[in-house]
Amino acid sequence: MKEKLLTKNRLLFIYGVMLYTLIQVLYTFGVLNNYFMQIIEIALINILLAASLNIINGFTGQFSLGHGGFMAVGAYTAGVLTTLIWKLPQMSFFPKYVLFIVAVILGGVMAAIIGILLGIPTLRLRGDYLAIVTLAFQEIVKVIINATDYVGGPRGLLGIPRLSTFPIIFFFSLASLFIMKNLVYSTVGRAMKSIREDEVASELVGVNTTKYKVMAFAVGAFFAGIGGALLVHILQLAHPTMFSFTSPSIAGPLSILTMVYIGGAGSLSGSIIAAVVLTVLSELLRLGIDAINSLHFLPFAIGPEWRMVVYAVLLIVVMLYRTEGIMGQREFKILVPEEEEKNATGGA
Amino acid sequence: MSGIFNLQQLINGIQLGSIYALIAIGYTLVYGIIKLVNFAHGDFYMLGTYAAYFAINFIMAQRGTPNVGVILLISMATGALVAFLSNRIAYRKLRYKPRLSALITAIGVSMFLEYFSSALPFIGPSYRPFPQFLSIRYFNIGTAHFTNYQLINVSIAVALMLILTYIIKYTPLGMAMRASSQDKDALRLMGIDLERIIDYTFIVGGSLAGAAGLLAGLTYPRIVPYMGIVPGLKAFIAAVLGGIGNILGAMLGGFILGIAEVVGYAINSIVGEGIAYAILIVVLIFLPQGLFGKRTGEKV
Repeated sequence: MKEKLLTKNRLLFIYGVMLYTLIQVLYTFGVLNNYFMQIIEIALINILLAASLNIINGFTGQFSLGHGGFMAVGAYTAGVLTTLIWKLPQMSFFPKYVLFIVAVILGGVMAAIIGILLGIPTLRLRGDYLAIVTLAFQEIVKVIINATDYVGGPRGLLGIPRLSTFPIIFFFSLASLFIMKNLVYSTVGRAMKSIREDEVASELVGVNTTKYKVMAFAVGAFFAGIGGALLVHILQLAHPTMFSFTSPSIAGPLSILTMVYIGGAGSLSGSIIAAVVLTVLSELLRLGIDAINSLHFLPFAIGPEWRMVVYAVLLIVVMLYRTEGIMGQREFKILVPEEEEKNATGGA
Repeated sequence: MSGIFNLQQLINGIQLGSIYALIAIGYTLVYGIIKLVNFAHGDFYMLGTYAAYFAINFIMAQRGTPNVGVILLISMATGALVAFLSNRIAYRKLRYKPRLSALITAIGVSMFLEYFSSALPFIGPSYRPFPQFLSIRYFNIGTAHFTNYQLINVSIAVALMLILTYIIKYTPLGMAMRASSQDKDALRLMGIDLERIIDYTFIVGGSLAGAAGLLAGLTYPRIVPYMGIVPGLKAFIAAVLGGIGNILGAMLGGFILGIAEVVGYAINSIVGEGIAYAILIVVLIFLPQGLFGKRTGEKV
């Protein structure tokens, strides 16, 4: 067989560069202003976060509700490094961004370590029990942050520099997505999917289920940590409630969970679609709410909570009428490797 | 009499525990029959508090004296109604789909109830003071004391638990509920409508959560639409501690957790907030069937 020059992975790289150039050109010519850029940045982070939760919940079938805990660990690790230890806001020279990238990766590593530590004792649990334990983990993280005065306690970590620039976010988001995409089509990914389909059967055919479940937690937590770290360097603030279950933020754990299940558990493409759509929808709803309030035809002002009401209704409706989510377990063709396609068509 | 553990802690712990116990019963009843962790259960409790809040304020605005019994009925009816509706609208369609989709729907229902309440202009997202409509009185036992609020709280909770035990043990409905948690096919063969039993289970669980809402409002008079999440989670831990599916276990688990938490807060606030989660992890690792549960293959 002839070696193809344009493998899908190379094509993806080219598409990535093209998308980046397009956005930068549009920005330079003023078609996209800073407001749009911020929405794009948040959407990119949401893609990263939703995809990372999808590795644990969708591909490995472990129902985790603790993603906010991992995000908080990554966010606070990076935030403490950049703000309190390296004092980057006072630096004016170039290595600032190099140090920031190091801090983001360290945030991810720290979250991954916590993910492994959480994964090992909770592996025995399944389904709803795992959900409760991971939710409890998320609450514990919040309690610990609240009690740690060094990171600001309940006031939050203030004065974080705005270091998450569009190129950095774009690079991290697409690189992470690329790694996760290759992971789910690797031997590891196959093992993870086998655990999702039938844990006992996969154990019987010799899959080391413990190892792959811990690995899923580690990978998911790593990218969640990166997402959290990038996020707080946009918002310039890390606050314990941002990462708790009650957070109404568009990048809060509840929103991310909604994205995964609306998009389709077990489909990275679904997570991408849902993250983009829900981020844009969230902005549109915010504008809509402002517009309604400015018209004064209601006797009272309506609050930003309506946004989350819409999310909740969407989640319930998708679950009731399309339980598998928008994409189910299907992927965009470009994300499916050539070998996999051949298998699907009977190995022609 | 000082120290970490004393009579005062025990009284406060029993009072907090009675609230957890009432919520935990609802979790355990629903889980026992349809194997669903009803995430929205904490929100039934929250709506019970708000129902009591509006009822008391309405009565006081008419210059009447609120009667605890009437308020209790209003709270319970609200909890029961919301529980019934969420079962009918959301959970029922998913009965024969994978269990996780029902769980995610429950999270959706919980989100909806919280944010819809805080979006409504007359509830709103901010804290509100719960009206203190009784004059507070103290009773002393030795060096410890308790208030009439605590007395009302614990006696209502215990009375409700006794009524529930009676229903479960001696009425046909209770028998059907027990039967449906044991063998659904045999239940259908006996000509009993399972869906009706599930409706009743939600109504009973929701009304107890509503009652717990009133009791919580009386003793912790700051209410907010998100107040149900953490007590809901802790009550679920209480249900797991007692052995999920076991009603007596849920009651005792609630009291144990309440006392443990009050003692934990006496040490410091981190221990107090974290002790429930620590108990959860220890129980799930070393005693996954709980204190009174039957050992099944499902959990491990």
